[in-house]
Amino acid sequence: MSEALAPAVLATPRRVTEEAPLTRYLLIGVAVAFLGLFLLLPLAAVFTEALGKGVGAFFATFDEPDAVAAIRLTLIVAAIVVPLNAAFGVSAAWAIAKFSFPGKSVLITLIDLPFSVSPVVSGLVYVLVFGAQGMFGPFVKAQGIQVVFAIPGIVLATIFVTFPFVARELIPLMQEQGTVEEEAALTLGASGFRTFLTVTLPNIKWGLLYGVLLANARAMGEFGAVSVVSGHIRGLTNTIPLQVEILYNEYNIVSAFALASLLAGLALVTLGIKTLLEWRYAGQIAGRRRH
Amino acid sequence: MADSTSVVKKTARSFPAPSVIPGFAPTFGLTILYLGLIVLFPLSLLVLRASELGLSGLYSVATEPRVAAALRTSFFISFAAAAIDVVFGLVVAWVLTRYEFPGRRFLDAIVDLPFALPTAVAGIALAALYAPNGWLGAPLAEYDVKIAFTRWGILIALVFVGLPFVVRTVQPLLAEIDAELEEASATLGASRAQTVWRVLLPPLLPALLTGFALAFARSVGEYGSVIFIAGNLAYISEIAPLLIIVKLEQFDYAGATGIATIMLAISFAVLLAINLIQAWSQKRFGHV
Repeated sequence: MSEALAPAVLATPRRVTEEAPLTRYLLIGVAVAFLGLFLLLPLAAVFTEALGKGVGAFFATFDEPDAVAAIRLTLIVAAIVVPLNAAFGVSAAWAIAKFSFPGKSVLITLIDLPFSVSPVVSGLVYVLVFGAQGMFGPFVKAQGIQVVFAIPGIVLATIFVTFPFVARELIPLMQEQGTVEEEAALTLGASGFRTFLTVTLPNIKWGLLYGVLLANARAMGEFGAVSVVSGHIRGLTNTIPLQVEILYNEYNIVSAFALASLLAGLALVTLGIKTLLEWRYAGQIAGRRRH
Repeated sequence: MADSTSVVKKTARSFPAPSVIPGFAPTFGLTILYLGLIVLFPLSLLVLRASELGLSGLYSVATEPRVAAALRTSFFISFAAAAIDVVFGLVVAWVLTRYEFPGRRFLDAIVDLPFALPTAVAGIALAALYAPNGWLGAPLAEYDVKIAFTRWGILIALVFVGLPFVVRTVQPLLAEIDAELEEASATLGASRAQTVWRVLLPPLLPALLTGFALAFARSVGEYGSVIFIAGNLAYISEIAPLLIIVKLEQFDYAGATGIATIMLAISFAVLLAINLIQAWSQKRFGHV
């Protein structure tokens, strides 16, 4: 194959576990070109389009009341959803990793379930529960609460899609760490809660941060599920991604991309911190996961 | 991993196995309650509504021409996208794991971009790139190639969302390959190509299949990154998740429920397939 084409004047002979230089450069070229085309170019497009009409037009986007409302709503939703799912994740990981009981793997599969469900379906199920024709629709309406096409629906759908992030990060980590340290603390007289705070929490803090980080990125950027339950009421039930869609469909390209660049920036920061955690605390987070 | 606790398992039948660690009841209870309320109850309601339609009702939803076309579009393009992701994902994982070159760590970090970038942002970015006046769309238009607002656009978007699933599934295995295997193969006279093809790649097969299944499952359900670039023409470039939303907007709850149930069934089938692949891999290669 390409071995025959390799330059004869190599300083050191090629190791048997390496490809010929030409093959190597070719593969690197293909990988870089593919990642550049599919990942970097779209990312660059977001910022270029956002600044396409100058810095003034870019910043003018953020003076729009609807944009401000969308940013505020996104922050509110994340502020409700992320702590709830973090608390659930820690609790689920404690029950699953520190105890032994039958049906554990089924429980783990069920916790992972939201990852396998289409975002649109995730939104739809809440319409079936709380919508006008839904099971509890008439009930919540009688209570004067609006769930679907209102903020509670957005919160529920976002909880659903970010449900597994913290739990699936902590479960393998805490299983690996076992129960020895907690048992020692308990024998020495610490209360259960104190054991958790002073022994367990320091052990899982980076894993927890990792999970929270990913959950937050998804919570702020979720589109499909939220789109189904939001009702798209400007200034009231539009999160940033929904506002981006509306602006884009109105051919307000600069504003759409300016708002989108906010989310792209969040994604980059998330990736940056995530990478940093993976380098710095590789042993203290569950490591590379599929999601 | 979980073996430290499994020792206890044999000694008792109590639930959970006896332990000095406190807090099982509240944490387990909270987990079940939260899981039940947030995930299981709403999903089972979907299945309940679908069962009211009955099999014949589901069948008539699925065979409605527009629905059938959307399901076909979603299914086949997702399949093609996942296949492309397997090929290039393997190359990317290989290069990132085994070669040293400037920018490697940056590229490694950026592979997760499709996980981190909100789908709507990816959607409008891809649409802008491939639109007839876009960076890539304009030069392609000169050759009469149209990507945006056709099925090709859907394919591009799905390749984007599926890529990290393949790379991140293959990468850890690639990093763990024992160099001695390759050396043995080389000493026994295999060419490098033979070593790669017959020694290195076969144990990666389960990971590639799992990556394919994950990318496929994600692609079938994907909405945000597709709808902006797809054109969304009924019967041609309309994907199944979009049709759920269209049905909902027409207050056709039965139709929406029907499509959603079919998609849920596809998700479960893929989950099952992944578990089977991993069970087979455990038996055949001793790793997952």
